[in-house]
Amino acid sequence: MPVHITSPRFKENAARALANPGLQKALGTAKGAFLQRRAAAVAALPEFEQLRDIGRDIKNHTLAHLDFYLETYAANVERAGGTVHWCSTAEEARAAVLAICQAAGARTVTKGKSMISEEIALNAHLEANGITPVETDLGEYIIQLRHEHPSHIIAPAFHLNREDWEADFRRAHTDLPADRVFAERRDILTEARTRLRERFLAADVGITGANFLVAETGSSVIVTNEGNGDLTQTLPRVHIAIASIEKVVPTLEDCTSLLRLLARSATGQDFSVYTTFSTGARRAADLDGPQEYHVVLLDNGRSNMLGTEFQDMLRCIRCAACMNHCPVYGAVGGHAYGWVYPGPMGSVLTPSLVGVDKAGHLPNASTFCGRCESVCPVKIPLPKLMRHWREREFERHLTPASVRANLGLWAFLARRPGLYRLATRAAAGMLGLLGRGKGAFRSMPLAGGWTAGRDLPVPEPGGTFMARHAREQRARRR
Amino acid sequence: MSRDQILGAIRRGLKRGPLPADQRAMLDGRLAAHPRHLIPARSRVPRAEQLALLLRNVEKEFGSAERVPDLAAVPAAIADYLAAQNLAPRFVLAPHPELLGIDWSARPLLEHAARRAEPTDQVSVQHGYAGIAETGTLMLPSGATRPATLNILAETEIVVLRASRVVGAYEEAWDLLRAELGAMPRNVMFVTGPSRSADIEQTLELGAHGPRRLHVVLVDDDPAGLGAEDPSAPPGV
Repeated sequence: MPVHITSPRFKENAARALANPGLQKALGTAKGAFLQRRAAAVAALPEFEQLRDIGRDIKNHTLAHLDFYLETYAANVERAGGTVHWCSTAEEARAAVLAICQAAGARTVTKGKSMISEEIALNAHLEANGITPVETDLGEYIIQLRHEHPSHIIAPAFHLNREDWEADFRRAHTDLPADRVFAERRDILTEARTRLRERFLAADVGITGANFLVAETGSSVIVTNEGNGDLTQTLPRVHIAIASIEKVVPTLEDCTSLLRLLARSATGQDFSVYTTFSTGARRAADLDGPQEYHVVLLDNGRSNMLGTEFQDMLRCIRCAACMNHCPVYGAVGGHAYGWVYPGPMGSVLTPSLVGVDKAGHLPNASTFCGRCESVCPVKIPLPKLMRHWREREFERHLTPASVRANLGLWAFLARRPGLYRLATRAAAGMLGLLGRGKGAFRSMPLAGGWTAGRDLPVPEPGGTFMARHAREQRARRR
Repeated sequence: MSRDQILGAIRRGLKRGPLPADQRAMLDGRLAAHPRHLIPARSRVPRAEQLALLLRNVEKEFGSAERVPDLAAVPAAIADYLAAQNLAPRFVLAPHPELLGIDWSARPLLEHAARRAEPTDQVSVQHGYAGIAETGTLMLPSGATRPATLNILAETEIVVLRASRVVGAYEEAWDLLRAELGAMPRNVMFVTGPSRSADIEQTLELGAHGPRRLHVVLVDDDPAGLGAEDPSAPPGV
């Protein structure tokens, strides 16, 4: 894997993130914005729940016939005058993009936002070969200025505060007066607009991702709010769309149904500002548009997920609702996850793509609260899939010995209900006695790591859940 | 070759070989029929309400809109709009027969050039192919008469849309496009409001890379679309 993966150090990453005041401020500011907007958009569309079932079914149908739909898609791209480059690995995809850029004699390329570009570490490869990539999505632009990676799949600069933007713009745009004032967020936006406008006009090649590929028409679809994706794919002489194989859907109608879910789940908009279907290169009579249209179609391990318990993950439409609603993501942010995809979807996808030996911590970083699954527009059972990874990690003896020993002890008790109840009754009684009048324990011997960030509630009088349940059942029968 | 490698890996995962001919025929049939899924009820309303819904949604998405009785009234509407925004009376015009046929000399101070947009153009006047009431979205397929650059380069985009081209849902717009244009044009843009970004602290700011202003001039050429208050108005579509 080309990108440096820090997922094996998730615990250290998370601890650092919790102790980083700037990050905690940014997470605090951002928290809630996406949630409220999504809730309002969903509430305004009574059919939303039915649409989730439809979205799930469209994706399941496509995945069950993925070979057919990819072949149909590729044939239709070529019928419209485009070229499809099939790439099994990240390395092949990088080579394909570079070859197109070199054939076009490209010096600078503009880029729309693409997570696949992050996945294959495209920018570093272009730079190493003397081609300057320019990120044009506002969030991606500052990430590139900072030499960082996105911390969120739809809001790359989720971890930054306004002060960071101002400082970075002053540092990067040295030709502008140093004492200029950024009175409003809008001033930051305007400066980026002016700066990037020159870049859009100078670029030789434009590279975008794709939210969907439509088999029926051979179209790639991008969804943006800024308009940068459209400037990127319209102005240069060559357009390259990079997309992974599971992005294909059968028809325009299938795509439309998924689009009804995407923006509502992502930013809480009814529809994004620009949803654009690109099909082939400029037609003879057209007055604008690229002369060449290429699609770099990437597998990179996805085909291996088919037929396994992780096939459901290939339904993902990258809306980010799961991370927006995740208490773990909300506490540590995206960088702690250590690779391209953070949050619950990343905790399932990353082990599939880079290996559970490197990313085994991620599916453990979950409270199993289930919010991710409850908001997923295509109903991916994310907690179940994370549990599958935990099982695989355990089976492969990747779990530390101390954890295995304690799990063994717990399993011994759990398989003996009489003993288990005795033990929990004793523990609850003792904790109740020790904590009487306190409400909660601030710390607990042998559990300092757990209580450092949480309080342990003192058990309420009345015994364990099982004891109370049995008592109530008896009372009801009487 | 990677193509065969990828298709082979997919088939191994799905535990089968290439699809048999009967199954391929079934899937080809689905592509040809391109069945619709559920269409939200919000746009299934009488014609006049549908138009009102479109305009309401354009404004909800931070665009603006006005209605004019016919194409002849368009130059005055555009001249007044530009004056109200303090913009120069100059624009790049989509070279579409409907727009070229307008008598622009009715407003002699209004200058225009019919061509693709250039970076220096401040205002563009685009031809609206269809309007989608469901979310206040404009469907703008590219072509010789409707250059895509008009949708992205100017700071202000004005879209002239005939009321008879307003539909309820996206699916109805696709049907129009399939019936009238046949094959997909190079580019089909769905535009919902002016450009914006929420990348700075998840706070929405208008005017990112695309137009800062989006103004819809709706030409009332559909008798069924007039009189939003009339509950007995015939259902549209």
